[in-house]
Amino acid sequence: MSVSLANPTEQGTATEAALLEVRKVAKRFGTIDVLKNISLNIASGEFLTLLGESGSGKTTLLRLIAGFEQPSVGEIWMSGQRLDILPPYRRRVNTVFQNYALFPHLSVRDNIAYGLRVKNTSRSEMSSRVDEALRMVKMQDFAASRPSKLSGGQQQRVALARALINRPQLLLLDEPLSALDANLRKEMQGELKALQREVGITFLFVTHDQEEAMALSGRIALLRDGALEQVASPREIYAHPATAYAAQFIGQTNLLRGEIRDSIATCGALRWLLDETDGPVIFSLRPESIRICADGKRQTSEVKFRATVRQQFYGGPSELLEVDCGSGQMLRVRIPARGPLAGEHDFVFTLADAIRMKE
Amino acid sequence: MYSRAYKSLVSLPPLLWVGIFLLLPYALMFAHSFWAVREGLVVHQWNLHNYKILFSNPLYAGVLFRTMRIAAAVTLCSLLLGYPLAYYLSFHAHARKELLYQLVIVPLWVSYLVRGYAWKTILGSDGILNGFLQYLHLTHEPVVFFLYSPFAVVLMLTHIYTPFAFLPIYAALEHIPRPLVEASHDLGAGSTQTFLRVILPLSMPGLLAGATFAFVLSLGDFLAPLLVGGPSGIMIANVVQTLFGAAFDWPLGATISVFILILTVSLLFLSELLEKRWSFK
Repeated sequence: MSVSLANPTEQGTATEAALLEVRKVAKRFGTIDVLKNISLNIASGEFLTLLGESGSGKTTLLRLIAGFEQPSVGEIWMSGQRLDILPPYRRRVNTVFQNYALFPHLSVRDNIAYGLRVKNTSRSEMSSRVDEALRMVKMQDFAASRPSKLSGGQQQRVALARALINRPQLLLLDEPLSALDANLRKEMQGELKALQREVGITFLFVTHDQEEAMALSGRIALLRDGALEQVASPREIYAHPATAYAAQFIGQTNLLRGEIRDSIATCGALRWLLDETDGPVIFSLRPESIRICADGKRQTSEVKFRATVRQQFYGGPSELLEVDCGSGQMLRVRIPARGPLAGEHDFVFTLADAIRMKE
Repeated sequence: MYSRAYKSLVSLPPLLWVGIFLLLPYALMFAHSFWAVREGLVVHQWNLHNYKILFSNPLYAGVLFRTMRIAAAVTLCSLLLGYPLAYYLSFHAHARKELLYQLVIVPLWVSYLVRGYAWKTILGSDGILNGFLQYLHLTHEPVVFFLYSPFAVVLMLTHIYTPFAFLPIYAALEHIPRPLVEASHDLGAGSTQTFLRVILPLSMPGLLAGATFAFVLSLGDFLAPLLVGGPSGIMIANVVQTLFGAAFDWPLGATISVFILILTVSLLFLSELLEKRWSFK
């Protein structure tokens, strides 16, 4: 992947020739549509995350690409060849499974060598490549161990090495970090990202954890009930969520429902001038876009409102407030940590930060 | 928790049961094997004479050898039938799994004797098999070696013990996590390689348990040879039965029993050892 200076690592769209093309794929199980008309391109060298709640179809899409399921409708292409008609063992795709699926009867070394062994790789080449893979995941000291003797993080490393040793064009990762505890997960996220940069292999990562998706991915494909909600870089989705669902799922937000009439937007207690056609509207307003207005003054581009602090959640450098703007309209506000707050205060936000969106 | 008195009270009946009906008979059998028979009476004279007979008389050694050969053949046939069946049920039967499983189990509820007599009817000179072969003009006279031969014994025992071989294999296959099979395919292995490198090794404990069942149960069987074995199909249990009955040589019968017991226990022990070695958790 060539990277231009102006737009490093992150790209809003896959502009280069796609490595993988999912073309109008649908999957039915019985009477249930698990995936509906999915079209998705993945560029070579990309780190793309399939993000969605459980049951959104993200794992099913992964399994279609791996070859464990067949699409009911549509085609999948990789490097200009039809992929979905090949059996899993003929695809240049490897998977890191959710619970790693390491072979319990084989040592770490034999687990990693498995892919080379079934392809009758010569003994000397196998030995050197396995050593290299062990080094890459820092598991040299455990080469002779059985998987059951390893910790979750170590099993995860072996699973990665076992998949990457085959030099796949595309690596699929099915919630590989979900079995790890919080600290180890953060650590593995770092390792995973570094590893992807090092080997340059395209990663397709599945998770339900939006923070993880934001931290790791070049692009996120957000799935909702088997359909793609939005495909964009984490920054793009966060700043310009396509739908209310995307705004809520990626980071926290306040959804303001209201209407525009005579160039005035009214959402509960909040009102501001907005020169658009009349009708119902939804705005997304991120908690950190709202701040406390100590002097009570506002700029022309700002909206000011008065609200009562109901809850305060301390979070180290910042804290989250739940404020009541009257008649039970609650908003979340993130402010730099500043000690206990109570009673009524003035709050302001910039008009441009209230982003209008579709349902 | 529970008082000592309560604990002794509940453990006493099973202990008595095991003591009276298991340990005492074993002890008696063991003692008899070192005693002798004089003028139709068992005399309590300790000696190793019976063991000498067992190992020196070619008659007993011959029957013992044949018994083991038959048991080995039954084991092999049961595994060859039971493993593919278990594999099919576990991996490919899908919705028909429950039904097929029941079909394998149902014969176990049919009396052993009924199944034995059924084979007599099938294999006899004017039996179903011979009748069918003559109807097809493949044979013109009844084939006599179908019945009353080691072949008939192996056939009947295979029929009876295949479910016993099938069950532990099926259980082992059902316990193989399916993601392992997918991982194998994912890493480039086709069905054959996946079977040989993942499924077979992981089902070894079940295979071993199935083999042990089939072998040990066949080794001690005396009804099949009695019903369909004939003189050439006699097995060691029939010899023991004769020694305790018509021949009235309890000490020699006990000696053979002790020998079979030791053989069986060592087999179970060995199988346990291997099963531990081949199980991974």
